[in-house]
Amino acid sequence: MIACEICVIGGGPAGLMAALHAASLGASVVIIDRNDYLGGQLIKQTHRFFGSKEQRASERGVNISRELSFAVEEEENIKVLTAATALGYYKDGVVTVEKDERFLKIKPQKIIVATGGAEKTLPFPNNDLPGVYGAGAVQTLVNVYGVKPGQRVLMVGAGNIGVIVSYQLLQAGVEVAGIVEAAPRIGAYWVHAAKVVRAGVPIYTRHTIKGAWGEKEVEGATTVELDDQWRPIPGTEKDFDVDVICLSVGLSPLTEILWQAGCAMKYVPELSGYVPLRNVDMETSVPGIYIAGDAGGIEEASAAMMEGALAGLSAARALGYSASDFNSRRANILRELENLRSGPVGEKIRKGLKKVTLIERQEFRVLPLSSNF
Amino acid sequence: MLAENGVPTIEDLAQVLPAPERLARGPVAIAECFQEIPCDPCYHSCLRRAIAPFADINERPRIDHEKCNGCGLCVNRCPGLAIFVVDQTYSDSEALVKLPYEFLPLPKPGDIVSAINRSGAAVGEARVVKVQSGKQMDGTNIVWLAVPQDLSMEVRHFKMEEVR
Repeated sequence: MIACEICVIGGGPAGLMAALHAASLGASVVIIDRNDYLGGQLIKQTHRFFGSKEQRASERGVNISRELSFAVEEEENIKVLTAATALGYYKDGVVTVEKDERFLKIKPQKIIVATGGAEKTLPFPNNDLPGVYGAGAVQTLVNVYGVKPGQRVLMVGAGNIGVIVSYQLLQAGVEVAGIVEAAPRIGAYWVHAAKVVRAGVPIYTRHTIKGAWGEKEVEGATTVELDDQWRPIPGTEKDFDVDVICLSVGLSPLTEILWQAGCAMKYVPELSGYVPLRNVDMETSVPGIYIAGDAGGIEEASAAMMEGALAGLSAARALGYSASDFNSRRANILRELENLRSGPVGEKIRKGLKKVTLIERQEFRVLPLSSNF
Repeated sequence: MLAENGVPTIEDLAQVLPAPERLARGPVAIAECFQEIPCDPCYHSCLRRAIAPFADINERPRIDHEKCNGCGLCVNRCPGLAIFVVDQTYSDSEALVKLPYEFLPLPKPGDIVSAINRSGAAVGEARVVKVQSGKQMDGTNIVWLAVPQDLSMEVRHFKMEEVR
C-alpha cells in the first residue's frame, strides 16, 4: 500500500498543473498516468495555443507539455508513476493501479481526478473498415510517431480538433479532401478554419458521411447534405476518393472513477456528458475528491490547466498547507477562468457549469437522488 | 460566409482593412480576426502599442494603422495565423504580402510560387522576396511575397508545387 497526501489521476495539462500547485504549497503528490510519458494530449498539439499571456498563449502545446513535465520531474514533492492505469476506487479510499503487470494500491488523503475525455465515434455503414480512425489516433500517428495514416483523408467534424488535425495532416504532407460538418456552422475557431481553407481544404457544413466503401480497407467515402432537421437530402451524395476517414465528432468526459466513488453525477449536454457536481474549488460531492479538466466537462487545454491549478491549491489547502499568497493565487486563477469563459464561445460552458457548480458544500446534501438524472 | 465555409466575406474584410491613404504610405498589419475568442498574444507582441489594449481577452484586435509600421512581430505570434502585413509601396506594379507559413520545405528568395486566395484557389503567381525563419520564429515563418498590385488584398497563402 502506498500512502500519500494527494493522488492525481491523469498526467495531462490539468493533472500536471494540479500536482505542481499542490506541491508548491508543500503537499506530497503522486501522479499516475497510463501513458509512458506525461503531458496527455498536449504532446500532440503542435499548434500555438490561444488564451492569455499568463496561460502561455501563443506557445505550442508540445512545448508546454515539455515544460510542465520537466517542472514535475524536478519537484521533490511529486512522485510520478507512468505506464500506470487507475483501475478502481474502493469505499475505504483506496485507488487500485496496474503498473508493469503488478497490482498497486494507493491510499491518498485527497484525490484529484484529471482523467480527461474519450473520443466519440459515429455509426455509418462500413465504419469498421481499416482506415477509419479517431482524430486522436491520427494525431498520435502523425505528431508522436511520425507515421502517415494514409495519402488522402476525409475529416468528419469541423470542431477545433477536426480542423486542427486537418491542418497537422497537411503539415505532414497528407492530402485532406475535405471536412464535413453536420451542424450549420463551423465549431472550430474561425481563424483555424480560415487557415485550412486557404491551404486548400474545403469545409462542408450541413453535410455528413453516409458511408465508407472498400473491400479490405477504406477506398472512399460518400457524403450527403443535411436539411434543417438534420435529415439527409436525397440526391446530394458526393463521393470522395480517400484512403482514410478521420472522425472528430466530440469527446465525452472520462468519469468511471467518479462513478465508483459515488460522486453525484449529472448529464449536462453543454459539458458533453455525465459530469460530477462540484463546488468552485473543484471538490465533488465526495469530500476529498476533486476534479480538473475534461473529466469535469469537455472544454480546452487552457481552462483545464487553470482548473488543475485550482484543484491542486484546494486539495493542498484542505490538508492544512498554505502560503502567504494563497488567496491572491486562488483569486488570480478564478479570474483567469472567468476571462477565458467570458466571451461568446464560452457561452455553452458557462451554461453547463451553472448546472453543476455549487456554491457551498451543504448544497450537495440537500440534493435528492433523482436530481442526478 | 466565414461561419459556414471558413472564408471571410468582403463585409468582414471591410471592418479590418486600413484606409487606402494608409496603404499608400507603406507596410501595415491587417488582423483578419473576426470572432471574439479568448486570445490576446497580438496585443502583447506589439512594441509600438499599435494594437489597442484588450478590456476583455475576448475582444477582437483593433490595430491603429497610423501607429503600425508593419514590422510583423504580431504576424509571428498570432496563434490563428490571421495577421498579415501588406506593403503596396513595394513597386509600381507589385505589392508585398508578408504571411505566416508553417509548412516545409520553405521556399527560397527568387522562387516563383502559386499565389493562393482565402478560398484556397490559385489566383496568379508570386515571387518569394524573403523568408524570415530560424529558432526565434518557433516554427511560424514569415514569407514575403511580391504579388501584382491588384492581388495584394487577395493573396493570403501560396503553394510550391508549381515552383518553376
